[in-house]
Amino acid sequence: MSDRVAAGGEPKPTDINKTVPFRGRGFNPQPLGVIAPVVFVGLIAFWEVGSQTGFISDLVLPAPSEAFEAFLQLLETGMFWKHLSASLQRLVIGWICGTVLGVIAGMAIGLFSLARAALAPLVSAIFPIPKIALLPLFIIWFGIGEGSKVATILFGTFFPTVISTYGGVDNVDRNLIRMGQSFGLSWSSIVRKIILPGALPAILSGFRISASIAIILLVAAEMIGAEFGIGAYILLAGSLFATDQLIAGVAMLSVLGLCFAWLIGRAEKYFLDWRA
Amino acid sequence: MDLHLQKISHSYDDVEVLRGIDLEINQGQIVCIVGPSGCGKSTLLRFIGGLERPSSGQVIQIGEPPTGSLNPLTYIFQDFALLPWRTVWGNVSLVLEDHGIKGSAAEDIISDVLARTKLTEFKKALPRQLSGGMKQRVAIARALAVKPAVLLMDEPLSALDSQTRELLMDDLVDLWLREGFTACYVTHNLAEAVRLGHRIAVLSRRPGQIRDIVEIDIPLEDRPNRSGELAGKQQQLWDLMRQEALAADKELLDV
Repeated sequence: MSDRVAAGGEPKPTDINKTVPFRGRGFNPQPLGVIAPVVFVGLIAFWEVGSQTGFISDLVLPAPSEAFEAFLQLLETGMFWKHLSASLQRLVIGWICGTVLGVIAGMAIGLFSLARAALAPLVSAIFPIPKIALLPLFIIWFGIGEGSKVATILFGTFFPTVISTYGGVDNVDRNLIRMGQSFGLSWSSIVRKIILPGALPAILSGFRISASIAIILLVAAEMIGAEFGIGAYILLAGSLFATDQLIAGVAMLSVLGLCFAWLIGRAEKYFLDWRA
Repeated sequence: MDLHLQKISHSYDDVEVLRGIDLEINQGQIVCIVGPSGCGKSTLLRFIGGLERPSSGQVIQIGEPPTGSLNPLTYIFQDFALLPWRTVWGNVSLVLEDHGIKGSAAEDIISDVLARTKLTEFKKALPRQLSGGMKQRVAIARALAVKPAVLLMDEPLSALDSQTRELLMDDLVDLWLREGFTACYVTHNLAEAVRLGHRIAVLSRRPGQIRDIVEIDIPLEDRPNRSGELAGKQQQLWDLMRQEALAADKELLDV
């Protein structure tokens, strides 16, 4: 090779001497902060312009401005807060009870062989049942009022929380538990100081899923016998084919979901700042 | 406090791991256990500290641990086993909390052990911010905090790069010279064994039996200057281990 290097100096790229081609391109997602709002605003603008020009028929899809007007109307009449507070109450009570019970059951399955043998198959069997299908039963058991609505959300959030919690407990580094035992830590100390914090990342990502499930089930739960609530509002709009109100209601649910996701994101930042 | 291992044998299901191990760990001595990989040396260490029970045989504790010893048999692990969500300070404090040591009493102990392991300025750091060598120093500080009678070290330097290993080995020698702790040190690295060990037990391949116990009576502080003699000892150990390691290497891993 050395005889191909031009005499007296650094080798230069020529016909024979080439620079090594770069092959490491791609497969490296970069955060692009501006893209998401641009896509969002662009889509809404396209939709609005399409509706205004008649490109998108009013029958097919109401313009975003109409949906926004429906929302403003809801604000003016003061119904917005009534619907929102009714829904939030069901969501918060159902979700908190479901996740608290779910974390307890998940910890039990993770820690005790007996609980695992007894409950884990049961959870697997009941988790895939759509809770909407059980709604009539819930109404018989818990009444047509708030009870059945909260119960639907509770059951819906309980099972994914159980699964993510015991998955998290199973994934706690065994060596850390060994370490705790080798220093003579008590059982409760090992659970509180090693297992629970170790399972927390999985528990919190389970919360993300259960919060979405809670919102999905909210609409189902408010299908029957609910006077107020975002789900009831959407269903009423749907049965009247008031599509502008329907879009407004769906957008409210979406914003609600974003708010929950943001709150859980904050909780993750706070509790899991020890991760890189 | 001395430890006496008596006729320890162990099998996992059908696989015999250890056979008839007799070993004494005397106060103030560092006993190294070397052997080819898979010979059961880490399992043996777990028996000594009571984390696992052998199929037969027993570990006898002779004499009482010194007063004030919170956790007489204390491990130092290969993977450090630090809680990633606790700071350096919190990781040491963890092992004191269960003994009811809180407040200023705990603060005194933690400051003391962190100073002894030169970690004072890192007390607020999280494990992920520390290098491997620093993490192991935190684990050593944590072990010292409970005033152990015997330190059980499971390949404590094996996860570290060779420079860090040298530095930490010097630290361990300094620590022993100051405190004269008792230790059982499991390693597959013969250089570590001849540098730190007063007695070195060589295990055979599975099922692990003691092939020989090599005594090194050069004081720890003199060893860097007498590397010729140490090299001889290391060669002697390697001659003992070579065939075993060769045979162990060819075994199928089906356990």
